[in-house]
This record gives sequence, C-alpha cells and structure tokens, in this order.
Amino acid sequence: MIRFLDVSKRLSEEFELKNITLTIVQGSTTAVIGSSGSGKSTLLRLISGLIQPDQGAIFVNQHNIAQADLSVLRRQIGFMVQQGGLFPHLDAAQNVLILGRYLKLDAAWLAQRLDTLCQLVSLPLSLMQRYPHQLSGGQRQRVALMRSLMLDPPILLLDEPLGALDPIVRSDLQHELKELFRKLNKTVVLVTHDLNEADRLAGRLVLMDQGQIVQDGTFRDLVDRPATRYVERFVSAWQHRSDQVQEGAL
Amino acid sequence: MSLWLRMLLCLWMGLFVPLHQAIAETHVTGGEPTLTVGSKRFTESYILGEIIARIATQVGEARVVLRPGLGNTGILIAALKSAEIDLYPEYTGTIVREILHSPTPLSLAEMNQQLAPLGLAASIPLGFNNTYALAMREDLAEQLHILTISDLKNHPELRLGLTQEFIGRQDGWPGLKARYGLPYPTPRGIDHGLIYGAIDAKQVDVMDAYTTDAMLERYPIRILQDDLAYFPDYEAVLLYRAELPTRLPRTWAALGVLEDALPASEMIKLNSQAEQGRVSVGQVARDYLTSRSITTSSATYSANPSANPSITSSTNPSITSSANPSANPSATPGVGYVAMHASPVSPWQHFLQTMFADDFWRLTREHIVLVMSALMISICVGVPLGVLAYRFNVIRQPVLGSISVIHTIPSLALFALFIPLLGRIGFAPAICALVLYGLLPIVRNTYSGLSDISAEIKESAQVLGLGSLYRLLHIELPLASRSILSGIKTSAIINVGTATIAAFIGAGGFGERIAQGLALNDNVMLLAGAIPAAALALIVHALFEYQERWLVPKGLRAEPSRAISADRVLRGQKLND
Repeated sequence: MIRFLDVSKRLSEEFELKNITLTIVQGSTTAVIGSSGSGKSTLLRLISGLIQPDQGAIFVNQHNIAQADLSVLRRQIGFMVQQGGLFPHLDAAQNVLILGRYLKLDAAWLAQRLDTLCQLVSLPLSLMQRYPHQLSGGQRQRVALMRSLMLDPPILLLDEPLGALDPIVRSDLQHELKELFRKLNKTVVLVTHDLNEADRLAGRLVLMDQGQIVQDGTFRDLVDRPATRYVERFVSAWQHRSDQVQEGAL
Repeated sequence: MSLWLRMLLCLWMGLFVPLHQAIAETHVTGGEPTLTVGSKRFTESYILGEIIARIATQVGEARVVLRPGLGNTGILIAALKSAEIDLYPEYTGTIVREILHSPTPLSLAEMNQQLAPLGLAASIPLGFNNTYALAMREDLAEQLHILTISDLKNHPELRLGLTQEFIGRQDGWPGLKARYGLPYPTPRGIDHGLIYGAIDAKQVDVMDAYTTDAMLERYPIRILQDDLAYFPDYEAVLLYRAELPTRLPRTWAALGVLEDALPASEMIKLNSQAEQGRVSVGQVARDYLTSRSITTSSATYSANPSANPSITSSTNPSITSSANPSANPSATPGVGYVAMHASPVSPWQHFLQTMFADDFWRLTREHIVLVMSALMISICVGVPLGVLAYRFNVIRQPVLGSISVIHTIPSLALFALFIPLLGRIGFAPAICALVLYGLLPIVRNTYSGLSDISAEIKESAQVLGLGSLYRLLHIELPLASRSILSGIKTSAIINVGTATIAAFIGAGGFGERIAQGLALNDNVMLLAGAIPAAALALIVHALFEYQERWLVPKGLRAEPSRAISADRVLRGQKLND
C-alpha cells in the first residue's frame, strides 16, 4: 500500500506539486494521467525516494519513507523509468541481472530467474546477449520491465512504459501488460498521457493538472461525471481522437 | 576479463616503464669521484663546456660528465647549488647583476666575497669580454669616419636595428641613449639572428652585437668603441662550487691553463667554426685544445650528454662506450652532433645522420619515459579529481578553474617554477610540470563524460538501489570511458609536445636537439629533434585509437552515431513531467 498524506513539493519557480493526498491499495493497478508538466512523474519519483517532499509524508507499506533505508525501500519497488533507462554498455542479461549481481545472489538462481523473466515478458533467451541499441523499441521496454521485476518486488512503478513505441507494438504490449499485472498481483502505479491506455491497463485513474489531482475514479467516472471543465476537455480530446481512429478504420 | 581489470593492466604496463627507470636510476655508479660540467644554451657556452670537460678528462682524476645547454642562469645556479653540476662558464656581468643583484660593478675579489655564503666561487678569467657593443658596416663607418659611439651623435640620419632584449635591458639601449645623448628614437626590436642579414642588405646601419659574436668574422662589420665605458664587463670566468679545488685538486690545477687562454678574436673564431655547422662543437673544442697542445687529440671524456647521466650509464652502457670518437669516427660524442669533417655529403644524408645519431634511442627513451610517467600520474590524480568535481558541487568550480589557470602559465615558466620548489633540475621538475599540464584534459573530460550521462540512466541506476560506489564503477565511469580516454589521449599528445620544452631544464628528450638547434642556429639539428617528436605524437595518437577499441565497453562502440542520437533524445526529455 502506498499513501500520500498532504504532500507538497516545489520543483521550480513555475512548478509545484500541491497537497496531494492519495491512497493506493495493495494489488491494484492505478494509472496517473495528465498532460506533460502536470506532475505525473514527480509522483513516482517521490514514491521511490529520488526526491523528498517539502511537506507531508509518504508511506510505503506503513513505513514513512522519510525514515526508511532507501536501499531497502528500493528493493521493494520495481521502477521502470521513462524510455526504460537501460544501460547502453551492458547487454540485456547484464542489465536485467545487475541488481542480483550487486547483491551477490547465487549465479544459478540468477540464471533461472533470467529464464523465468524471459518467459514472463515473452522474449527469447537468445536476445539476452544483445546490447540495447541492437534491440527494437518493444524489446527494450520488455528488458527494462524484466529488470524492474528482477527481485519480484511487491510494488511496480512504470513511467510511460509504452511511450516511444509505434501504435501496433503499443497495442500488443498493452494487452500483455494487462495480462501480466493480473498474473503478478502487484501494486502497480503507471504514468501515461494516454487516456485509452490508462483505461485498458488500470481500474483506477488519477487525473492530474498543474501539480494537483483534479479527479480520481474509474474511466466511466471521468467520462460521465467530469469533476472540472479541464477533465471534460481532457476526456473529449481523447474521445475525439479515438473517433478519428475509428473513422479511419472504416 | 572485466573492464576494470583491463584498465588496471594498462595502468600497470604504463607504470612499469617509469618504475623500472626509477629503480635503475637509484643504482648510480658507486664511489667514483665525478666532475659534472654544465653549460648554457648558446654556442659559446657549449664550446667552453666541451673545452673544460676535455681538460678535466685528460687529468683522469674523476669521471667527467658534461651536461650541455642547460637553459638560463637561474637553472644553472640551482644546479650548482644542489651539486648537480660542479662548474660552468659564466660572465662577470651576469654574476654581478643576476646572481648577486648588485647595482654597482664588483671586482672579482668582491664577487667571491659575496659568492662565498652561497658555497660558490668564481675565478680563472678566460681572457675575453663578451659584452654588448654597437656595430656598423665597415664601409659605411669608414665613409662617415665613425670610430666610437660618441661619433654617432653627429649622424641622426642613421637607421638602428636593435634586438628586443637590448632595447629592454637596463644596461642596454635606455641607459646607452641617455649616457651618450644619442639622437635616435627607440626602434622596434628585431631578432638577433636577422640583424646581420638586415645590416648586410643595408636595411639598417647600426646594430647591437655581442663582442664575441661568430657573425663578426663573417660580415665586414666594425665594432664601435665604447669611449664613455658604458657597457659593463662580461668577462668570461669559471663559476664553481667552492669545494671543487680541494675535492679535485689536480683537475682544478689543470683547468688553470685556461686563464687568459682565449682572447676575444680566438673566441669569435671558435664560435664561427661551430656555427657554420660543418664541424661539431666537440670537434671545435678538440681542435682548439690540440692546436694549443693543452690536450692530445686522443683525449676524450666518457662524455655523457644525457641530462640524466645516471640513466644512460646504468641502463645502457653501450651509449657511453660508443661515445669515443676513435671508435666511431663518423659521429662525434659530446652533445651528440654529427661531425661533418668537410667530407661532402648530401643535405639529406646529413639530416639522416643527425637524426639517427648515437643519442637517438637515448632521447627517444627519455622522451617516452617523461611523457608516460607524467601521464600515469595525471591519470591517477585527474580521474579522481574529475569524479570529485562531478559528485560535489562545492569543489567543482575551484577544481576546474584552478586547473584551467595552470594552462595559462607558459610551459617554460611552469618548468622553471618547479626548480626552486624542488631544489633541482632535470627529470623531477619536468615531471611535475608535465603532470600539471596533463591534468586539464583528463579532469575536464572525466567531469564532462560523467555529467553528460543522461538523467534517465543515472536515475534508473539509483532507483535500482545500487550503491553509489558500485554505480560509479560499473555504470558511470564505463559510460564516461570514451570521454575519459579521449581526455587521456589529448593529455598524452600535449605532453609529447610540451616535453620538448623540458630539455630547457635538463630533462632530456628530443627537446635537447630542438634547444641546441635553436641555440646554434642549426636547422638540421632542430628538425632532427622536431620530426621524431612529431612522429612520436602520431604514434601515441594511433596507439590510443587502438586502445579505445579495447577499453571502451562493447555496447558503446558499435554504431556510435545511433547511440549518440538515442542519447540526445533521452537527454532532451523533460524530467518533471
């Protein structure tokens, strides 16, 4: 469980995260949506302790992270940063296993884990010898996902996990991710600017604008009962877009 | 093999050579008494150094080592005080002004009184006075009836060509003009080497000269009498460590033959012979001593031209033994010139002989040892400094700023700066200066290589929960390795060039030839030093290109263009989104 209690964080003159209170329950999948600069990624960075709140407190599994040992905390969180953040000088296997090797885990166990993770994200083991630049965009995202799942953490944070992918790959991966979240039963927080993607992957949507949560509910809540004019516009912009896609398909 | 193992291996291999050298250096030849003769960096001093060394060798009381062409007065005095040399030829005017800083002229006895506290002494006037003078074309002087400097007052139409140094010196042009009331405005300075040509071509009428200038023999030039006795005396004497006469009494007694042995006309002749470039300085000295029956022609000293004699004698005895003219008539030892006994050879052959003279491998080795030792220290200091500058904002500007400032110090000044600090000349101060010069590209590239890593990569390493040292060693430094290596490469190439300046403080290397070539107006000698140095820089460049393939992680090497563009995309992303 992740809890934000009246959290504020000023990041620059123009941008501030204001009075965030939010509870994310165990085993749920939550999508944080909003346009660029709305503060979505900042939420994830606060959870992982990359930045500290100016005000308020954040609890991960009942522990206030201000007092937590960050290295212990981070092992309970699988965090996939934007673009995957794979290390270009390490091959896929080294990228996936780096944390295990750092923790000096048993090599045989690591090999087995690599195999398991490959199956989980449907990547052939043979691709593991390739360097990131030798992989396709979709393959890179899968490797990054494998890396964040390495220690089987109870919490998974995904920042635009499908951001830079072309539409077909994106759609395929959305299905796979949904399946995966269901199978793994983890607490997932994913950040996306895509309302449809949020709808497909998550049961709960948190819409942010200018550092504040403007609506927190299901997809239908947002569509049928928009809390503000901004929510209405955000939703209609996406509906308009999907209408266009459907017309194009016909 | 892990990346770090490979890097360590490289470091070790790099360190091996200098270490080996350092160990060899400690085994200096045992208790045998040694006389080390120094000389300054111009023709006359080179010749006098050779003459002194040859006389001392004839005595056989001590092993004689010659360290020719050691930069300026300050360097020689430092070497004399620290007993790295025992004596060298100096001029009374220089002793009075530059060493004793006396505003008034001193007699030799007064000089010795003031030198005594420094542990130094001066004696044995050689018989000539190498001071400044004004000179004119003989025919013009004859036509205008000019014999003395005072005569110039009546000829304000004459054009002056003076050296920058003469114009600038207190005992040069400003004082001269005032004393004689000369009617000329201060001209713009020109280089000494060009003045003779200019006066011969009638572009200037009056010039400054040294009274023992070799050119005085070649051009029909009249020295004007200093009728008001304005110019100070620059009598040539021997300046030596005060204990020398008691330590090596027989050698000292033998050197006595030099007293008044060299009138100005004789010195001009010797300078001229040496500067015509057909005869080596060693040969000039030998011919002079033989003609005066001071030594026999077979007399030679175990000449060790090395700036670092112990290196040559302990690690490569073959060089010392080949430095015997009777054993190898084509190449004369001493300062490593090729003797060209009037036998006609093509300029190309002459160049090749000069380039691959006996000292070629010694100079190569000295140069490489100098560059590699300095580079290794620069790496060991520079990479951690770059990391610190990257990690700690507080020290970033001080570190990067002060290292940049070092680069604005002219190299010769930086080399000279370390002589008083370390109290010695040669290898040690040269290494210190080279290390400082080598730091900037390494520190800067380490810092920028680390800070250029995209934020996503750094954050994903952080959120994985990797320790900071682990992140540094396994992620950040490998990702910055290309940048760091190119900094090291730049540093090495800069050092190959800068190391040529190290010869001016007696650290050896190809710079020795360049310095000699400059001092003796010998372009062949200059090129014989400059070309191998340039070749060495190219070789270093090529080696690093090869090493890069080996040291930069595989994932960063393939398709660099794509990797870079992807990296740009990553860096361009907003973070607070």
